[in-house]
Amino acid sequence: MTFMNTLFGQGRNGLQSRQQAGQKTLPFVAILVISTLLACASNLLLTEDSPLYVSTYTITLLGKYLCYAMLALAVDIIWGYCGILSLGHGAFFALGGYAMGMYLMRQIGDRGVYGDPVLPDFMVFLDWKSLPWFWQGMDQFWFAILMAVVIPGLLAFIFGWLAFRSRVTGVYLSIMTQALTYALLLAFFRNEMGFGGNNGLTDFKEILGFDLQADATRVSLFAITAFLLAVIFIISQYLMNSRMGKVILAIRDGESRARFMGYHTERYKVWLFVYSAIIAGIAGALYVPQVGIINPGEFSPINSIEIVIWVAVGGRGTLIGAIIGALIINYAKTRFTALFPEAWLFALGGLFVLVTLYLPKGLMGLWETLQTKLNKAAPEAEIEPKDEIKTGVSS
Amino acid sequence: MKPIITLIYCFLVSLSTGLMANDLANNPTSLNPQTSNELRLALTQVKLKAMPPLLMQIKQLEEQQALPLFKTLLAGRLYYVKADKRLIQMQKKGKERHYFSLETDQPLSELSKNQVKKVKLNNAVRRLLKSTIAELELNHPDPELRQAAIESLLKNLDSKLIAQLEQRRSLETQEKIRELIQVALNLFQLKTNPSPAKQIEAIEKLADRLEIPVKNQLTQVAENSIHPEVKQAAIRALTKIEHATNRYALVDQLFFGLSLGSVLLLASIGLAITFGVMGVINMAHGEMIMLGAYTTYVVQLLMPNHIDYSLWVAIPAAFMVSGLMGVIIERGVIRHLHGRPLETLLATFGISLILQQLVRSVFSPLNRQVFSPSWMTGSLEINPVLSLTLNRLYILAFALIVFFALLTLLRKTSLGLNVRAVSQNRNMAKAMGVKTGWVDAMTFGLGSGIAGIAGVALSQLTNVGPNLGQAYIIDSFMVVVFGGVGNLFGTLVAAFSLGIATKFLEPMTGAVLAAIIVLVFIILFIQKRPKGLFPQKGRAAE
Repeated sequence: MTFMNTLFGQGRNGLQSRQQAGQKTLPFVAILVISTLLACASNLLLTEDSPLYVSTYTITLLGKYLCYAMLALAVDIIWGYCGILSLGHGAFFALGGYAMGMYLMRQIGDRGVYGDPVLPDFMVFLDWKSLPWFWQGMDQFWFAILMAVVIPGLLAFIFGWLAFRSRVTGVYLSIMTQALTYALLLAFFRNEMGFGGNNGLTDFKEILGFDLQADATRVSLFAITAFLLAVIFIISQYLMNSRMGKVILAIRDGESRARFMGYHTERYKVWLFVYSAIIAGIAGALYVPQVGIINPGEFSPINSIEIVIWVAVGGRGTLIGAIIGALIINYAKTRFTALFPEAWLFALGGLFVLVTLYLPKGLMGLWETLQTKLNKAAPEAEIEPKDEIKTGVSS
Repeated sequence: MKPIITLIYCFLVSLSTGLMANDLANNPTSLNPQTSNELRLALTQVKLKAMPPLLMQIKQLEEQQALPLFKTLLAGRLYYVKADKRLIQMQKKGKERHYFSLETDQPLSELSKNQVKKVKLNNAVRRLLKSTIAELELNHPDPELRQAAIESLLKNLDSKLIAQLEQRRSLETQEKIRELIQVALNLFQLKTNPSPAKQIEAIEKLADRLEIPVKNQLTQVAENSIHPEVKQAAIRALTKIEHATNRYALVDQLFFGLSLGSVLLLASIGLAITFGVMGVINMAHGEMIMLGAYTTYVVQLLMPNHIDYSLWVAIPAAFMVSGLMGVIIERGVIRHLHGRPLETLLATFGISLILQQLVRSVFSPLNRQVFSPSWMTGSLEINPVLSLTLNRLYILAFALIVFFALLTLLRKTSLGLNVRAVSQNRNMAKAMGVKTGWVDAMTFGLGSGIAGIAGVALSQLTNVGPNLGQAYIIDSFMVVVFGGVGNLFGTLVAAFSLGIATKFLEPMTGAVLAAIIVLVFIILFIQKRPKGLFPQKGRAAE
């Protein structure tokens, strides 16, 4: 438990930055909304030869980034604000994605390769005669959305309830979340599970009757994603600024103290974990119709760890930081993997090392340091990255 | 022109292989080249009636060396080239026919269907061949071949064979083979003797044998015998055999469990030091194993002619490579993150990505072929239903050796004393003059080096590729956490119990589900007992 204190020795700074970030909520949401509207408008209203035209491909890509940003937000809430490093959030994301994928799969109807009106192609291929029980009801949109929220939430509740009640913390918890997603990865790879095995779910045709390939559908999906991100961002910001948020920060900085003051720390942790998992599930449900596929690869531990690095780069403990980190790294990834596919893992790996060593508060921390320097116009600002590490150890 | 070239080529090939084998006495042509060759040539020309005496002559002259020829002939695969009357063998692959040299098994791709002719044979010749082959094999100088021959003969015994076997029994010196011959005689007695008393006597003698023909014969008797006592005796014997088989199947499962346990132990033992003793989360641990496996590959590339000794070079080399990498990581990164485990986890994960990509760029993303030395291939056959593969057996022993060597190192050497001191109370150790930085580097190097050694062992069991380490990292953490952090014996117990549990679950649930069940079990177990099977006690625990 001692490392919790040492780990987040910069607790006071964290609180300070949170308040500063809180002031930026409105401008940030405004930027998000305006840029979304502009992108949508330029795609729908302008012609392709216009220099300001945003292609549908770019729109889909942006939509994907926003889903990742939502996922990063989920991880930041649990890691940055409560000090629980989850290496398994990809699992909640994928579960939400699978729920949406199942709905989309049922929407294909008899347009599949085998033309079965009820059974998806892979079940016909496996020679299944009837729909498994967990596929029942998935042809209803509302039910699928409900499942995309309930299943990750339920898993998070069970896992969190077991783990936090028996006070499993820190590294143990991280490794267990990783084992959880790994177990799910193995499970979903099995054909017998009834989720399409290795190939996952794909070949989707339409959502709520709208063609998934149509420009209008894609733009709408993107706009919905942006809207939901803004909503979740505002709610989360509100939560973190509320009394509950203060208790959560207290748990992060000194769980034993918070407990001795009479707070049921494990309850706060469980509900925060569930909240975070639900956000991840929603992100997954939005991700699948835009990308057009969901397969067990989404459960792989490395995906979950990548989310953590988005948050770390952006600056954990600031919701804006998580979103910015996710956007920047994923943009870089798209660029990098196209230009030098070999170098991407080097860059990502190097980023892990450099950020943890030299940028413990991420880009937002850097930004603040620069701001204080500018404001004071004095060179002796105390937040040199190296010093940061040392204070972290001593406190 | 072409046949002549072929002929020369074949001559050269047979000559060279003869030299290579360095065993000219085994070469049938060298026995009595003139007559032997002439006799074989005659095979292609004689009428079917003249075949038996000719075969007898060949047998007299060549003895065991005639076995391949006879077997090929019996299988109807003996052909000869029309042009030079050379004997060859034919093998069917689907509908295609492929021809091979009889002596060297070299493919003769230049021959086509109309250039060759089959050596004909009839039932009389077949019968003769069968008994001749049996006789030759029964009297083969190599006891292992003799045993194998008798085992294969158990399936279709006849009176002629029994006579041969009885003859052989009086000459046989090996106790094991004598017993086997006795089994054949009993089996024959059961099959042919009409007296129920004799049959029961035979059944009782057969009840402790595990050979499959015995079981088949007994099942047949149990179903069809007209004497109820015989039937009963057969059923009794069968249950006895069934029990024995089950017992050995259990031993087999246990062996596979131990083998998986030894792999887990090897993979996690280094982690037990870096994570368990030092408290450093090294997500690049799997890549240390991978580096060890690739070191084995490179060592084998450097000494392609001495594969048998390559592992002895690879073990210290892998220790050095991975250990050095560990020291670099410790000095370069982990040192700066002391006391911040989650950051350490992320940074080392970054290192693992870099190392994976490095291996992909240097070697290739594909799996590399690592050879097994000849002394590690094959298996130890205990009885007809139980055989243990040698490589797994060696790795099991190796894992235990490494484990106990490490234990001794930590308990008996000054380095071990320092390591324990630093892990228990860093500041106090520092105050007593222990160079904690140096001890950290050495400990981390040691843990990583052992991971490298594990890589050498794993290269003998699994594919060597860039993802090798990834496959083991989660399992290793599970083993260490399950066993209790900071407790080496806990790691040993955890590795073997998880290995055995997985292998016993597998037949019931399938491999993947077994892995999932074990994972879920550990997750639940940790919830219940967060400190593992054997938690540390006392001051060191905090």
